[in-house]
Amino acid sequence: MALQDKYKALTDAATTSGVSDLLVREQDGVLYIDGTAPSGAVKDQLWNTYGQLDPNFSGGDLIMNINVAKDASVTKVKVITDSSNLNIRKGPGTDQPIVGKAAHNEIITLISRSNEQWWLVRTDDDEEGYAYARYLEEA
Amino acid sequence: MYYYYTKNKIMKIVKLIPVLMLLAAVSFTGCKPKDADIKASIEKTLKESPATSSVMVMVDEGVATLSGEVSDEMAKAGLSSKVQAVKGVKTVQDNTTLPVAAAAPVAITADDPLSNSVKDATKDFPTVMASVSGGVITLTGELKKDQMQKLMMSLNSLKPKKIENNLTIK
Repeated sequence: MALQDKYKALTDAATTSGVSDLLVREQDGVLYIDGTAPSGAVKDQLWNTYGQLDPNFSGGDLIMNINVAKDASVTKVKVITDSSNLNIRKGPGTDQPIVGKAAHNEIITLISRSNEQWWLVRTDDDEEGYAYARYLEEA
Repeated sequence: MYYYYTKNKIMKIVKLIPVLMLLAAVSFTGCKPKDADIKASIEKTLKESPATSSVMVMVDEGVATLSGEVSDEMAKAGLSSKVQAVKGVKTVQDNTTLPVAAAAPVAITADDPLSNSVKDATKDFPTVMASVSGGVITLTGELKKDQMQKLMMSLNSLKPKKIENNLTIK
């Protein structure tokens, strides 16, 4: 219960910001918060709140797995790497061969969200493969 | 005169009226079980089934109010009619609840797929070293503060058991 109190600001924010399928569980000294945020902005807001409660994310007592609701109408994504090109790979994994590259800030086609980490994309040069979802945002 | 009453006799009868009324009242209510008796009968019925044995009951003028927890749905469905059938019960107010389903245990990703996902997630953070054991991701090395949240967002979505973040903030 102490953990739920420690992160109450977070679970309250998740509830009021419309996170669906919200699940808050405590197991072996770790609090697990799962849910689906209605938008990327809500997810970012929750992570900012987490960062206020534990500035270096070093408590080791919270796993916050908040996904963003998939908008099926989105077919274009923007490459949001820091500055470099984004690798497009044959399969979902960094051990997979690189089949193409997308430039920083390039808008590419989203074919499917295979899982939370890897999305299947296609560039305008018709290079098709998997890119790491952290570097893509809905365009 | 055969039907002649003296004033005295009439007064005696008048005095008796409240006594008679009281007797009548006692004899009428005597036909109905008292609340305490109804309560005892309901409790006996509830104790017959383990599913309802912890249910509490209050009876007020024949209205039975049930509270507490019924352990299964079937028992709860039949509870009102069962209590209604107890002699003297006019109505039943069922305030009992079913046990809250225990949340499913947290699913933790197995080490092999987790190690691969962690490798993917940390690839672009060359100053970070990560190891996985028993679902626990341990991070060592160093990282700039403004990169920390980005890395943690990725790692948190991999369903690990725990993240031991021993990174030094640059």
